[in-house]
Amino acid sequence: MISQASNYRRRAIVDQIMRGMAILATIVALIPLFLIIGYVIVRGGSSFSIAFFTEAYRAPIALGDDIRSPGGVLHGIVGTILITGLATLIAMPVGIMAGIFLAEYPSNSVAMTVRFCTDVLSAAPSIIVGVVAYTLIVRTTGAFAGYIGSIALAVLMIPIITRTTEEILKLVPQTVREASMALGAPKWWRTLTVVLPAALGAIVTGVMLAFARAAGETAPLILTVLGNNNLSYNLMAPIAALPLLTYRYTEQPFPVLNDLAWGTALVLTLMVLLVNISVRVATRNRLR
Amino acid sequence: MPQDTQQLTTWQYIQRRTQHGDVFFWFITLSFALAVVGLVAVIGFVIWNGSELARERFGLSALFQDGWNPIRGNFGALPAVYGTLVSSMIALCLAGPFGVLIGVFLTELCPQWLKTPLSFFVELLAAIPSVVYGLWGVFVFAPFFRDHVAIPLANSVGQVFPLLGGTVTAGRSLMVTGIILAIMILPTIAAISRDVIAVVPNHQREAMLAVGATRWEVIWKAVLPYARAGIIGGMMLGLGRALGETMAALMIVGGQKSRVPESLLEPGITAAALIASELPNANDFLHESMLIFMAFVLFGITLILNGIARMLVWYSARGPVGSIRA
Repeated sequence: MISQASNYRRRAIVDQIMRGMAILATIVALIPLFLIIGYVIVRGGSSFSIAFFTEAYRAPIALGDDIRSPGGVLHGIVGTILITGLATLIAMPVGIMAGIFLAEYPSNSVAMTVRFCTDVLSAAPSIIVGVVAYTLIVRTTGAFAGYIGSIALAVLMIPIITRTTEEILKLVPQTVREASMALGAPKWWRTLTVVLPAALGAIVTGVMLAFARAAGETAPLILTVLGNNNLSYNLMAPIAALPLLTYRYTEQPFPVLNDLAWGTALVLTLMVLLVNISVRVATRNRLR
Repeated sequence: MPQDTQQLTTWQYIQRRTQHGDVFFWFITLSFALAVVGLVAVIGFVIWNGSELARERFGLSALFQDGWNPIRGNFGALPAVYGTLVSSMIALCLAGPFGVLIGVFLTELCPQWLKTPLSFFVELLAAIPSVVYGLWGVFVFAPFFRDHVAIPLANSVGQVFPLLGGTVTAGRSLMVTGIILAIMILPTIAAISRDVIAVVPNHQREAMLAVGATRWEVIWKAVLPYARAGIIGGMMLGLGRALGETMAALMIVGGQKSRVPESLLEPGITAAALIASELPNANDFLHESMLIFMAFVLFGITLILNGIARMLVWYSARGPVGSIRA
């Protein structure tokens, strides 16, 4: 006969209650997260129209009690692509080369310092990078401009790209390196023609993740890019960007502009979701 | 050249032939890697240099003086310091227990088929731009909170505790900011908790089960204590994120800069929000310098928090080899 401890009943009840609490906590915590995504999809989706993607800002017009703004956010879409694109161009060489250094010359004091510095960069609040770009460039040139925003975003992208490149290059099997060494290839030739191509897809996903993160950053842009109501392709002048529009249109008193804010938020969210899901799908097949 | 080669040993000759151009390659990658170090140096130098005026004029005491009014020359940053600390602490107190419980659920209790999608969903949420959280907070959560929580709370409990009282006018307040920040840092804490709980060795659990513990007793007495350092590290990373969060705070906190709010249900300000809203149109050098000084302090605090947190997570993930940790 199995004997039970005298306090077994109480302990079993505590066990049930606490396990229930863990499940409950997970459900409760997921509710706001589902709500956020749901609201963004529903309210953002309802503001989507052809004009949303093809027109720039138009001042709200009052027709009687009805305030309308038939404009869209094309200027923001163009601006975000330009700013974040230039940021990617700046960050990619630095991040990938630094990542190669960390992976190919892994254990020395320089590599330790570089790793520490990438940690510092990725830990720094994005507003700090904005403050630095503002004091260093906006104050000295005396003007807000799109390219300053690109530089600030590049600083935020570099640690992500560096660390992904390093991690991925370390996953390339050592035997591949040895095979190319056995053929007499110097280190740089083997890195560029054997190791990098093997890891290329994963590096691209790292860059995409960094792109998605940078495209959603707002705080540095407030201090560097400023924003623009007109469609502009000039990175040397203030230019619009999607997250900036989300922020500014949220602060506007006109419901039509608030709707546009939901629309831009949906565009940003969709972009993040798309990049993350495609990265998840791509890496699932690669690195099993 | 032939004479040269003859003086070399065969091994050196092979090295020279197979390492042709490697020094150049090393130098190029090294210089890009050092560029990363240079960036950190530039950031540190610029905010140190830019805050010089404020540091010399006020020193750290300005951070603990009430009354922010740049036009009159009053640079008491206490409202921002208070708002930052209070909103982040609210966020941590809410997100901490929830995050750990999610981590426990994901590693110990979750059915296998739910584990991957749920983990992925949690990670996805960490990637959503903060401005989206801010937007949702402004239009959905703040009005809801004002009507259904803040006003009833202020009229009942608030009569006794002034911290939850005051007159609730706008929906924007430190409390709402704290709750939104909690939602934002929850994925961070949950993901790290899950990771450090997942590496707790199974013999910890098995030993507890063998002496007749229930599942919860295994979790509470064997798993969580073992993963404690990592969990605390995850919470500190979350706290660091909450302290430096700009957009959500800027949109929801209400921007009441002149004094420390008496109640959590009144509008306030955080340091990051203050910097973002005032730096682009600062009145004078002193004003600007004071804002950069606050950025400097913020940078220092987040760095220290992150450093400790990373050490704790690393320590926890490494685990003791052959030793028992309480």
